[in-house]
Amino acid sequence: MLILRLMWRNALRHRLRTFLTILGITIAILAFGLLRTVIGAWYAGVEASSASRLVTRNAISLIFPLPISYKDRIRQVDGVSIVSWGNWFGGYYIEQKNFFANFAVDMPSYLRLYPEFVLPPDQAAAAMRDRRACVVGRKLAERFGWKIGDTIVLKGTAFPGEWEFVLRGVYHGRDRSTDESQLFFHWDYLNETVKKLIPRRADQAGFYMIGVVNPSLAAEVATEIDRTFKNSLAETMTETEKAFTLGFIAMTEAIVIAIRLVSFVVIVIIMAVVANTMAMTARERIGEYAVMKTLGFGGPHIALLIFGESLVISMTGCAIGIVLTFPTAAAFADAMSQYFPIFNVEARTVWLDLAAALLVGTVAAIFPAWRAVRIGIAEGLRRIG
Amino acid sequence: MEPEKEPIVRIRNLSKSYRRGSQVIPVLEDISFDIPDGEFLALMGPSGSGKSTLLNLLAGIDKADSGSIRVGGVEITTLDETALAGWRAVNVGFIFQFYNLIPVLTAFENVELPLLLTRLTRKERRTHVETALRVVGLADRMDHYPGQLSGGQQQRVAIARAVVTDPTILVADEPTGDLDRQSAGEILNLMDRLNRESGKTVVMVTHDPRAADKARSIRHLEKGVLTDADT
Repeated sequence: MLILRLMWRNALRHRLRTFLTILGITIAILAFGLLRTVIGAWYAGVEASSASRLVTRNAISLIFPLPISYKDRIRQVDGVSIVSWGNWFGGYYIEQKNFFANFAVDMPSYLRLYPEFVLPPDQAAAAMRDRRACVVGRKLAERFGWKIGDTIVLKGTAFPGEWEFVLRGVYHGRDRSTDESQLFFHWDYLNETVKKLIPRRADQAGFYMIGVVNPSLAAEVATEIDRTFKNSLAETMTETEKAFTLGFIAMTEAIVIAIRLVSFVVIVIIMAVVANTMAMTARERIGEYAVMKTLGFGGPHIALLIFGESLVISMTGCAIGIVLTFPTAAAFADAMSQYFPIFNVEARTVWLDLAAALLVGTVAAIFPAWRAVRIGIAEGLRRIG
Repeated sequence: MEPEKEPIVRIRNLSKSYRRGSQVIPVLEDISFDIPDGEFLALMGPSGSGKSTLLNLLAGIDKADSGSIRVGGVEITTLDETALAGWRAVNVGFIFQFYNLIPVLTAFENVELPLLLTRLTRKERRTHVETALRVVGLADRMDHYPGQLSGGQQQRVAIARAVVTDPTILVADEPTGDLDRQSAGEILNLMDRLNRESGKTVVMVTHDPRAADKARSIRHLEKGVLTDADT
């Protein structure tokens, strides 16, 4: 206990220096935690994807559509339970900065395929009845202050023009990883309008979403779907929802790598700062360590004191940093909800914070401890007075 | 006829030099002498004569180049660092010129520090510390930090820390060098009492003839050589 008290009191001897070092660690842990959460947010779609769903798209590229007639042939493939389809609509609300994910989907099959979008039954029924109905996520409705019955006008990008919808339902996520910032509306509404305005683009789906009976057979079902459309005018590429989402992330992989790299650089920088603090501390106390050695304390005791003090500082900064990460991440999520609809601090991030602080505290103490242990008692005593 | 009692410290042909760059500076040359058990010895000599080095060597906190040092029957020149640390913890009580208390620990905690290396229970440690602080007259200052004590009181805490483990020898390097006359007198009286009443062997390095007067024998060192016989 006395040794622990000594570690703690030593850490508080130069209050300003310790405070500034702890502040540095707190900021570093906060930055590290937020950057890791950004990476987590990047992969949120992958986390949320289901193993029992497949996505079929045009084999050439996602920007090429598939005939709507494929839906019946896909349904006939063994192992397929539900087939839904949709198009990326890409509209924005009033001005371009108000951008969010919006799709035209076959709403009845879509809601069955995505049970994580929880919609009250009366709202679901109302949405099915109204051809111009749209359903939005809770966060999106809060962002723009939309209420049931409101008319929402989106300006189309993939499908030009102004599109009017009536808000009939607000869904909430079944779990934390569900995106609550999407808008979807009836694919039939899109198709009928396109038939009148751009007939050559009618009766085409951007992608099919397919539910499989048995997730363990997903690969076989995907192969069978693609075989069905082999040598057709629009060959397909079918993959699991997870692989499909990862394909999107791969396009921005360089950004993810850069963020990951910066998060580690932050830790390396703070490691240097704490090492500097510990080097100064140990140099100032060389005389005291010599006195302790004179009393019979060995090298391991001295090293324990230095490592302990370093860890007291780094873990205190870490604890404050972790506590601050949650409100900061919540504020960040509010401000950046259009870019990161899911922004949750994961348990893994907290463990990584702790591991980083442990590493910083340990590495920072290695050189000062080595020096303090090696220095002779007589030489250490000469540093006093 | 009673057999001759072995001295508590036996030093033979002890030499020590320091290296400064390529230059070798001899500090002690071929020193041999004995310190009987229960002795109060003062080592005197001008600055740089090697008296502190000799003290450090017989306290096991520095290494000799050659020669032999036996303390309480143990040849300490052959012990490695770990064994030497363990030996110091049991056998040596060191009193420094500048007290060298740990400033963030109270008087009680400073005195308790060397007892952490023993197998005593917390309760036993408390009893030992309270006894040591009572012996030096500071039972009422246990919870004071060094910064709240005068120089003389700090040195008394340092003496309590030195004696709390009941060591074989007490070594003191200029223990009154940083004190006013009155405090110095009190410290010397305390060391004298420890020597006479508890039979502790005391080896003290000093410049101060008044301090040396308290010793029962004095040795003079000059340029690393003992210049006199027992006085």
